[in-house]
Amino acid sequence: MKPNRPVGIVGYGAYVPRYRIAAKEISRVWTDGHGGVPVSAKSVPGPDEDVITMSIEAARNAIKRSDMQASELTAVWIGSESHPYSVKPSGTIVADALGATPFVSSADFEFACKAGSEALTAGMGMVGSGMANYVMAIGADTAQGRPGDALEYTAAAGAAALIVGPAAESLATIEETVSYVTDTPDFFRRADRPYPVHGNRFTGEPAYFMQVRSATQALLQQLGVSPNDITHAVFHQPNARFPQAVAKQLGFSAEQIQTGLLANRIGNTYSAAALLGLTAVFDVAQPGDTILMASYGSGSGSDAYLLRVTDAILARRDRAPKTLRYVEREYFVDYAVYAKWRDKLVMG
Amino acid sequence: MRPVYIAGTGMTAVAEHWTRTALSLARDAAHLALQQSTINRIDGVYVANGSGAPLGLHQNIAPAVAHALDLHGVEAISFESAGAAGGLAIRHAATAVAAGVADAILVVGVEKVSDFLDEHREESMALTSDTDWESLHGVTLTAQWAMLMRKYMHDYAVTPHDFAPFPVNAHANAVANKLALYRFAISADKLAGAGMIADPLSLLDSATMADGAAAVIISATPASAAPPVRISGSGVASAPVALHERTDLLDLSAVRLSSQRALHAAGIPANHIQAFDLHDPHGIAAVLAFEAMGYAARGTGTQLGSSNAIRPDGSVPVALSGGCKARGDLFGALGVYQIAELTAQLRHTAANQVPNCQHAMAQSMAGIANTVVTHILSRD
Repeated sequence: MKPNRPVGIVGYGAYVPRYRIAAKEISRVWTDGHGGVPVSAKSVPGPDEDVITMSIEAARNAIKRSDMQASELTAVWIGSESHPYSVKPSGTIVADALGATPFVSSADFEFACKAGSEALTAGMGMVGSGMANYVMAIGADTAQGRPGDALEYTAAAGAAALIVGPAAESLATIEETVSYVTDTPDFFRRADRPYPVHGNRFTGEPAYFMQVRSATQALLQQLGVSPNDITHAVFHQPNARFPQAVAKQLGFSAEQIQTGLLANRIGNTYSAAALLGLTAVFDVAQPGDTILMASYGSGSGSDAYLLRVTDAILARRDRAPKTLRYVEREYFVDYAVYAKWRDKLVMG
Repeated sequence: MRPVYIAGTGMTAVAEHWTRTALSLARDAAHLALQQSTINRIDGVYVANGSGAPLGLHQNIAPAVAHALDLHGVEAISFESAGAAGGLAIRHAATAVAAGVADAILVVGVEKVSDFLDEHREESMALTSDTDWESLHGVTLTAQWAMLMRKYMHDYAVTPHDFAPFPVNAHANAVANKLALYRFAISADKLAGAGMIADPLSLLDSATMADGAAAVIISATPASAAPPVRISGSGVASAPVALHERTDLLDLSAVRLSSQRALHAAGIPANHIQAFDLHDPHGIAAVLAFEAMGYAARGTGTQLGSSNAIRPDGSVPVALSGGCKARGDLFGALGVYQIAELTAQLRHTAANQVPNCQHAMAQSMAGIANTVVTHILSRD
């Protein structure tokens, strides 16, 4: 898919809470320390943080890196599976905090881990059609994992914000995107349940790998490029292993995915995961670099994008904190504090 | 009674077949078996499937398989006796052909378990233990094998390390089996470091359930270009289901009785068997089976491993296709896979071929050997 009017990213911002819990600390509680762990640590939102606060942080960073004003935003869209309210948009609060209200479109997106990239694709359409000059697309989550479940080791928190705008003003243009979606129930959470259920190994080959491979291969084929032509690749990262395995399957090297691979240190930030990988790449990429990003959302689907970095990135990326600064800002808490903050203690 | 021949065999890969149904796997295996044979009339379709009903997936799958093969109106029977289903389907097909009731029966074993969560699979297998005293209280087959292993270690002063040659041999053999689930070797050292599933049973001494289908044509004539292979003996025996109702915990009496009956029917002594395939989800299962059948004295079964007797060049080669551990545990379909795999041994076309193999034994069981089926295959 490609809009009539060329579009790109005119500003980007990241946010990751400072708190961490080590995967070994979780396994100490649940498995007596036995068995492997899928990541080293995951980010934990503080007691006063949620999808809305994190979205505001990331979006403000994105605005700082753009040359536009918040009031020029035509839409503020937030993709998440952990919106604080079931009914009441996160987007209105974020839009108001940014100064984008009142003449603004706002809505919340939901598509498991790819809700953020869904907002990005919609933003491409709105800017690409000329209906808007600027759209804020955010992926943010404070993900839930049932205590003791495999998901608890990775379900993390973070936010990434991308402002879609005209290609001429972009620090990276978006060349093309592919969305690949099938009815694949690998992971879901019913409306009234606190934790999701997942299909164990069914979440692997027939879900994540099949979708990410299919979307990426279709994109590469449509553009007539091969993995060797691409500078950086970023894949959705539910753990440390999956993105490395899918990169290998597709023919990308370890070097190509290294910069955007954050899961081992912050866990799976769900709707923010692929987007945070992209912001980490933006922080170091050189003009002319090409970036492939493929998100993945359970249920399931993958959005793949090819971006090309412009000269504008050099002057703008230092205007806000870099992604790695957030990743490296670590304050470890133990399981008891984590359980209290994440409302895992049910009393009375 | 007429002699009974294997007129064709077919197997699918043992894997997580995410995009396939039980029916499509069964059809693939059956087509392979039919292609291999010159039989032009199938009198019956016997289908073994142990997990379909307890998983809530399907029951009485046989008519669906017959229909999928365009065998309209044919006699179609489902065998749903858990892990013994495949062996029992083979036995009843062989009995019908021997008695002249049928001339050719297609036996298909199929399992499709990957779509179910681990706990549901474990539960479906646990239903084969005693309802009142065991499964209702949450015991699983893995836990029961672990308890038997613990008692064995206590009685005979051996360690988990002594059981390691069984999974190591199974994995080494599976490397050459293109249809196996795990085609890689493991070392005894790696096994020693494996995490515990049910202490003293470790992950690497525990089989994995997987999807697959195998088909065998049981016929009154060889009806195949390959050297004739006969089902020369068959035996079934039962034992108390609840372990505490057995007089001797470490004596798998149904293994002993079914193998004696099968060898007696075949008219050959036990030491004429040159290749074995047993229901061996753990090393302890193979050790107890070999002891029950008299291939090792009580308390010495692990020495079959340490002396390399279980390897392809040993005196009791077992798990030549990888066994339950590395080929994959096919539960109700296992008994049919075993016959297909050992037919290749007797045709002298197996990947891990035992030199000049004339007689082979296949054995499968429900639960902890509460129903055991043993077959002897012979090359004429």
